[in-house]
Parts: sequence; C-alpha cells; structure tokens
Amino acid sequence: MTVRWGAALRPAGQAAAALVATLAVAAALLAIGGHSPVEAFSALVRGAFGSWNRFASFTLVQATPLLLTGLAVAIAFKAGVWNIGAEGQLYAGALAGVAVAVSFPGAAGASGLWLLPVALLAAAAAGALWAAVPAAMKTRLGVGEVITTLLMNFVALFLAQYLVQGPLQEARGVFNQTDEIPAAAALPSLLPGSRLHAGFLLGVVLAGAAWLYMTRTPGGFRMRAVGASTRAAEASGRFAAQPVTWLAFLVSGALAGLAGWVQVAGVTGRMYEGLSPGWGYTAIAVALLARLNPAAVVPAAVVFGALSAGGGAMQRDAGVPEAWVRGTEALLILAVLAVDRGLEAARRRRG
Amino acid sequence: MAETAVMASFLTAAVGLAVPLALAALGETVSERAGVINIGIEGSVICGALGGALGSLAAGPYVGLAGGATAGCAAALVFAVFAVHLNTDQIITGAAVALGSLGFTGAVFQSRFGATGVALELETVPAWEVPLLSHIPIAGPALFHGAATVYLVYLLVPALWWFLFRTRWGLALRAVGEAPEAAQAAGLPVKATRTLAVLFGGLLGGLAGAHLSLVHTGTFSENMSAGKGFVAIAIVVLGRWDPRGVLAAALFFGCAEALQFALQAMDVDLPYPLLLALPYVLSLAALAGWFGRSRAPAALALPWPKRPG
Repeated sequence: MTVRWGAALRPAGQAAAALVATLAVAAALLAIGGHSPVEAFSALVRGAFGSWNRFASFTLVQATPLLLTGLAVAIAFKAGVWNIGAEGQLYAGALAGVAVAVSFPGAAGASGLWLLPVALLAAAAAGALWAAVPAAMKTRLGVGEVITTLLMNFVALFLAQYLVQGPLQEARGVFNQTDEIPAAAALPSLLPGSRLHAGFLLGVVLAGAAWLYMTRTPGGFRMRAVGASTRAAEASGRFAAQPVTWLAFLVSGALAGLAGWVQVAGVTGRMYEGLSPGWGYTAIAVALLARLNPAAVVPAAVVFGALSAGGGAMQRDAGVPEAWVRGTEALLILAVLAVDRGLEAARRRRG
Repeated sequence: MAETAVMASFLTAAVGLAVPLALAALGETVSERAGVINIGIEGSVICGALGGALGSLAAGPYVGLAGGATAGCAAALVFAVFAVHLNTDQIITGAAVALGSLGFTGAVFQSRFGATGVALELETVPAWEVPLLSHIPIAGPALFHGAATVYLVYLLVPALWWFLFRTRWGLALRAVGEAPEAAQAAGLPVKATRTLAVLFGGLLGGLAGAHLSLVHTGTFSENMSAGKGFVAIAIVVLGRWDPRGVLAAALFFGCAEALQFALQAMDVDLPYPLLLALPYVLSLAALAGWFGRSRAPAALALPWPKRPG
C-alpha cells in the first residue's frame, strides 16, 4: 500500500509546487503593478475561506460549474480530443435546460418532480449535440477540433444573445433574460442557510463515476489508449479509434452542458447573455491542475472556485482589479506545464 | 445610385474588418509553417490593442503601432519560451497565453484608467489616400484610402509568399515545420527558427490589435480582441497556409462580418445577434467544405524533440 500512496501523492506534490510558483510570480506582478501582495492575498483568502458560509456559499458555489466543465475538459484531453469548446457547450446546455423549464411554468410540488431530471437531460443532450458538430468534422472530414470547438463557442454565445432577447425573453420584455424557472426545476439547497446547491454534489458524484470509468473499465482503458496515441491504439488491432473519439466528444459536451443548466437551476434562476465569465476556458486550467485525473478535478475546481470567490473580495478590499485573477489562472497553467517538463528533464538526467 | 453607395460602404467595412484578421493570420501562417500552432495569437492581439493605446497616448498613433507590435511580440515570447524551448504542449500553452493576456491587459487597463468604464479616446492613425486609384468607383475608397496597416497587408502578402516559397530561408523554415529531425540533421537550428517564426507571428498579431484600437475604434476596451485571433487561426486553415489564400480567406470573413451593415441598410430584418454569428457559421461551413483538399505542415503542434514514452 505504501507504494500506491506514494504514487497518488506525487501528482498532488507537483500541483502544490505549481501553485507555490504561481503565487510567487503573481506576488511579483502585483508588486510591480503597485499593489501590496500581502494585502491582496489576505483579502483573497478571507473572501474564499473567511467563514464557513463564505466557503460554502461562494467558493463551493463558484467551484461547481468549474467542476463540471473541468471534468468535461479532463475526459476529452485524456482521450486526445482537444475540446476548447466547453464554453459554448455550457451555453447550449443552459439554453436547452431553461427552454424546457420555462415551458412548464405551473410545475410545482410532487406532480412536478419530473421537470428537473428532464431539464438536466435536455441540457446534457444539448451540450453533447454542440460537441457533435466538431466531432463529425474531425472524424469525417479531418478538420482539427481546436478551431471548430473555438468557433462553436462564438456561435453559442450569439445564439444565446438572440434567444434571450427574442424567443426566450421574459414575458415582461424588459431585460435580455428569460423568465424565472419554476420552483420544480430548481436544484435543492445542499446546506440550509447557505447558497450551496445540489449541483456541487452532482459534480462530485460524476467525478467519482468518471474516475471509476477511466481507471477501472475497458472503455476507460480504450480512451486512455487512444489519447496516448491514436495510431498505436489502432495498430493493436483490438478496436477502432473513431467510436472512442466520438464518445469522448459527446461525454465532454454533455458534462459542459450540465454545467450551464446547473448554474441556472442552482444559482441564477434565469438565463441571460453573460451567464458564464469564461468557465469553459478556466476549465482547461482546472483539468490541467488535476493532471486530467477526474477524481482530482474536485479539489482543483475548489482551488479555482476559491480564486474566483476571493477575486471579488480582492477587488473590494484591496482595490486589485478582478481581471488579475484570470491572469493568475493562466500563470497556473504555465506553472503546471513547467513543473511537468522540469520533472521529466530530471528523470532523463538520472537515466 | 443608392445601391452603389451601399456597395461602397459595404466594401469599406469589409476591408476594414479584414485587415486585422489578415495581419494576425499572416503572422500565424509563418508560425504554423515552422510547425508551431500558436492559439496564443489571441493574446498577442489583445496585448497589441493595449500596447497600441498606451503608445498612442504617450507619443502619437505611429508610436502606438510600434507599441502594439512590441506588446504582441512580448506575448509571443512567453509562448515561445514554453512551447518551443521547454517543449510544452502547444495548444495548452497557447490557451494559457490567450487567457493570461486577456486577464492582465484587463488588469493593467483598470489599474491605469479605473474600472468606471469611461471610454478612452485615442488619436487614430490617419488614412492615406492614393491619388487616382482611390477614385475608382465603388472599390477605390475601400482599397486605397486607408491607414498604414491596410497597405502593410498589401505589401506583406507578396513579400511573405516570396519569402516562404522562393527563398532558401523560407525553404528552411518550411523544412522545420515539415520534418524537424531531417532539418536538424541538415544543420538547421530548429528551435531558433521556430522562435523567430513565433515572434514574427506575435508582431503581426500585435499590429492587428493596434489596428483595432488605433484605426478601427479609436479606443480600448477589455476583451476587445473578441476572438479575432482564434478566427485568424481558422483563416490560416481556410487559406491553406499560403499568404495569398490567407488574404482571400480574410476578405471572405471581412465580407461576412460586413454583411450585417449591408443587410441593415437594405432593411432585411434579421435579428442582430444572428448576423453576428454568421461569420463563424460561414467559416465552419467553409472548413467543412474545403479542408479535404489542403494539408497542414506535417510537424504542426507536435512536440519537438519527441518526448520519451
């Protein structure tokens, strides 16, 4: 058992090293920008962990969409699918879930219990559909998914804009947002007295399921094999890579789609243009910090949830623009990559 | 008469919108020909827009253009240090540089000008009118009455084509992008070539950004690159890694974006957001239709030297 613990702890150590390196560079940049790093970091920590309620209502709530999109990216990347389109898939999911939910404004009580699961399914299906376009273009036409998933993000954003100021606009017709979803479609609260909703639990359960699938099933093995090398996987003659690639796209899209609807059903209650501040992109950083391990996506998402929850406090209490946080996320990606390469180089030197 | 006026203003809008895309895509073409896909070009564009704004405030619009080019280069330098020298994954590194640039430009902008959102007014790059040519009916004003960046595109397309396909340096650069092992065996400096190609791409990406702030809008706002760098990468594919094709693809995209103005002028009642989505849908369709006949540089996006295991 000791050996296995060591193997499990090494990635955690690497992630910690990357975090420390990021904080050091971020502190230096803050100092150059004329801010006090100590003041900024302490505001950030207070904002994210200052009280039990801050942790549950802000950090964990912010972590929820990052957890689901982070899983989406981790699974896709592990299977060699460069899905940069979680943002668009998130919007597609949110739109589909909301469209279903607001169609049944009277749903309530025991007779309305079906609405939430149906909306969840609709969101997952819409996210998967949004990922199916790049999947078809990659497998049938050989068009790289990096570009197509990026382009699909913009189509989704504009589609959302159109829908919330057109067909799905609230009945009052004042703001560019949908009507409020009926109570039966909302996700229940997880902790009474806090804003934490059942979406977080759903994310944790899905992370566990994804981890089991990737590490303990033949399907997961196929995904990892295709991700390691499509050509080698096909040359083994055991299976074709294309169905695996399709599956990775669809699962990834479905998870990102869920993220969008879970945010509406658990937090906002309505859909509007700027629903996501870029979670689909931050998800890349989350997945990478988790080293593409679905189980590790949970703590990685909490780290980024804390950054985002603390970012607001940093702006309020220390006068540091929130945009710093997004820059810091990018630093973290680079730090993870650098730590990775550094370790590899060290291994090679040892022979 | 009204139709020619609509046509002329449509073309002017199309060329104006195509110029930043063409600049960024020409830069990305050079980088991808050397085997490096840099989706961080989006970061070069936004850094260029801010660099252009700061330069213009300090010492006028031409210094602004230089500032934009420098800032775009700086973003590309970060990318090159990681993706070329540390040999990290090109796509993830590019995404990080794009994300980081969007964040830090926003932070710098807010620190310097406040978060209140008062629009910044910048001195724009003056338009040059080419005698005679600018009086050609309909197309003349669109093509021959523009800022320096427009003419730069006219110069760059033939120059880059000639460089890439008719010079020994261009051959070396393409060899590095097709077969880095063979190129190294032949004595070519693979990493240095790739670094220079990426920096050149960042320089043009920065100029594209400076065009946005100093020609197109006369202001800077957060996230104003709005995915133009990402679109440029699609344009490189559509243009089949050839400067001439890239120019054509950029013009196609510029026309698709300008269509919104023409349709509005003709009272076609399409919802505005759908018009905005049109260029992205069209480029997806174009990728699906044309891609089968083109081929990316063989070593594009692959780690070099090859990673063990």
